[in-house]
Amino acid sequence: MYKYDSYDQAMVDARVEEFRDQTRRRLDGTLSEEKFRPLRLQNGLYLQLHAYMLRVAVPYGTLNSAQMHVLADIADKYDRGYGHFTTRQNIQYNWIKLEDTPDILADLAKVEMHAIQTSGNCIRNISSDQFAGATADELIDPRPYAELLRQWSSFHPEFLTLPRKFKIAVIASQTDRAAMKLHDIGIRIVKNAEGEIGAAFYVGGGMGRTPMIAPLIREFVPLDQLITYSEACLRVYNRYGRRDNKYKARIKILVHELGADEYKRQVEEEFAHLLTLNIEPPIAELERIKAHFADPAFEAGASDALDLSDPDFALWVERNTLPHKQAGYTIANISLKPVGGIPGDASAGQIHLMAELAKTYSFDELRVTHAQNIVLPHVRKADLYTLWQKLDAAGLGTANLDTIEDIIACPGLDYCSLANARSIPVAQKIAQRFADNGQTGTLGELKLKISGCINACGHHHAGHIGILGVDKKGTENYQLLLGGSEGDDTSLGKITGPGFDEDGIVDAVEKATKVYLAQKQEGERFLDTYRRIGMDPFKEAIYA
Amino acid sequence: MKILTGNDLKTGEVTWWTGQDWSIHVNDAVDVGDQADTILAREEAARRVNSSYAIDAERDADGGVRPGHIKDRIRALGPTVRPDLTLKPADPEAGNWVI
Repeated sequence: MYKYDSYDQAMVDARVEEFRDQTRRRLDGTLSEEKFRPLRLQNGLYLQLHAYMLRVAVPYGTLNSAQMHVLADIADKYDRGYGHFTTRQNIQYNWIKLEDTPDILADLAKVEMHAIQTSGNCIRNISSDQFAGATADELIDPRPYAELLRQWSSFHPEFLTLPRKFKIAVIASQTDRAAMKLHDIGIRIVKNAEGEIGAAFYVGGGMGRTPMIAPLIREFVPLDQLITYSEACLRVYNRYGRRDNKYKARIKILVHELGADEYKRQVEEEFAHLLTLNIEPPIAELERIKAHFADPAFEAGASDALDLSDPDFALWVERNTLPHKQAGYTIANISLKPVGGIPGDASAGQIHLMAELAKTYSFDELRVTHAQNIVLPHVRKADLYTLWQKLDAAGLGTANLDTIEDIIACPGLDYCSLANARSIPVAQKIAQRFADNGQTGTLGELKLKISGCINACGHHHAGHIGILGVDKKGTENYQLLLGGSEGDDTSLGKITGPGFDEDGIVDAVEKATKVYLAQKQEGERFLDTYRRIGMDPFKEAIYA
Repeated sequence: MKILTGNDLKTGEVTWWTGQDWSIHVNDAVDVGDQADTILAREEAARRVNSSYAIDAERDADGGVRPGHIKDRIRALGPTVRPDLTLKPADPEAGNWVI
């Protein structure tokens, strides 16, 4: 994985000291909250319901064990013994003190981490495929390009005060595991008819109160023009994106109002101009970055054999592992969704353990997924049973990846000052309901996503089943959506009808699954059946 | 009744105006009548509180103070999904007060 050079380290170290001084001035009264707020936000520090919340960037979700250990140490030393992995492949701490924050950032900097640009109207953490560099179905490893974009977007003077926040995802496989088309810019690395590798640009997607699927703006951008084209996309947005209304300020609104063709025309015009300025980083820099993402030293001839005589292990292998590009290896997914647990939360002890296991069994690498789980990307099959036993002993061996128990849930009203309703208790009740009724396995792949407000951090628009918490005259109410997807077949869910209370929404979800089980045809997922039979049978059952 | 709340500047802890100081216990909150803006401006300037605001609340039958909105009740207690991290860790039913 990428290693900081002296420039990277100097920039991050300088930023820590800058924030230390800003914090001192806030505490002594030199800076008002009005002046300090944008400074702390640009360093990932929010003020949430119970305390300050620090969001730490995990670039494209990739971590090494030393970094993971520091994340655990921060949870222990400065927070309340746990962290929360987010839908943007980051980690958040919920109980941070302002006076401790500069020291936390200094601890992070020692392991090449920071919280810069994890908030504010700037380009946020670049996200990517959590299986990058490990999966057999990718064209190339997308992470060097994600890293190049990270370096370009960090401290970019033109794009630190955009009309609104800006999120970029980069993938390199046909299977979209990063919700690419629901980003401000989604980049898919592709091969053209001539066999050349380039990037397809999807621009203007997003969730929030106005969900939109990004249209394809350009089918093929040569990879040695990737940054220049990105710059053109951002420049047009920065120039014409609305600053008069924060609810209409995202690039999706600009692309929608201009029309994709007109937006593209303006981008192409800007792109042609930028090409004359020669702003693309030198190829040597890309090659330097690529060298950091070379394959680990896989054992040649490693065995593909697995002893599946332990049924619990066999189930975990079936649900939580995926094919690796290297014979004898597998991709192991650690579910942070134990039944009754809090989606995405892990204790300091669990984080330390995952770091140790990554060091021992996965070439020192971990990934954070946008589904709030952790991946050990390169596990030798011969080590898998031992690994699973250690995970299971620590409450990390739950076999439920991509099932109805593997729920994405935002922190909701239990933690978030923007939320209107709690998400976590609903997730817990649904997971418990299906664990109790034994239907989890029967239902197969079923992605359920819950947001506690219209900002959609829980990706409810993109759930096969989505749930949106709203405030109805001071009480929590939950709307049900069906038919969303964030995969290759991205679609937006539709609301079934009137909302429910907390227990009612759990019943409604179960009724929807019964319709699926009664109507499904061979090989159909819940989403496939919904698309075939439409909303009406579900509505009839849910509101009967 | 009208009560005042905010967060401690240094620690971020949720606090409630007691008439003389800030407390982490909502039951210490007092009715400020029409003095909210004056008190908040003074306390913010003295950096004794951060991001403060006034809310409606009522006294319950036991004499306790119950914020009018669920968001402030969760602020007053702590996250309902982590009873161990609330102000009433020994009471597993404390979350019912929020709803």
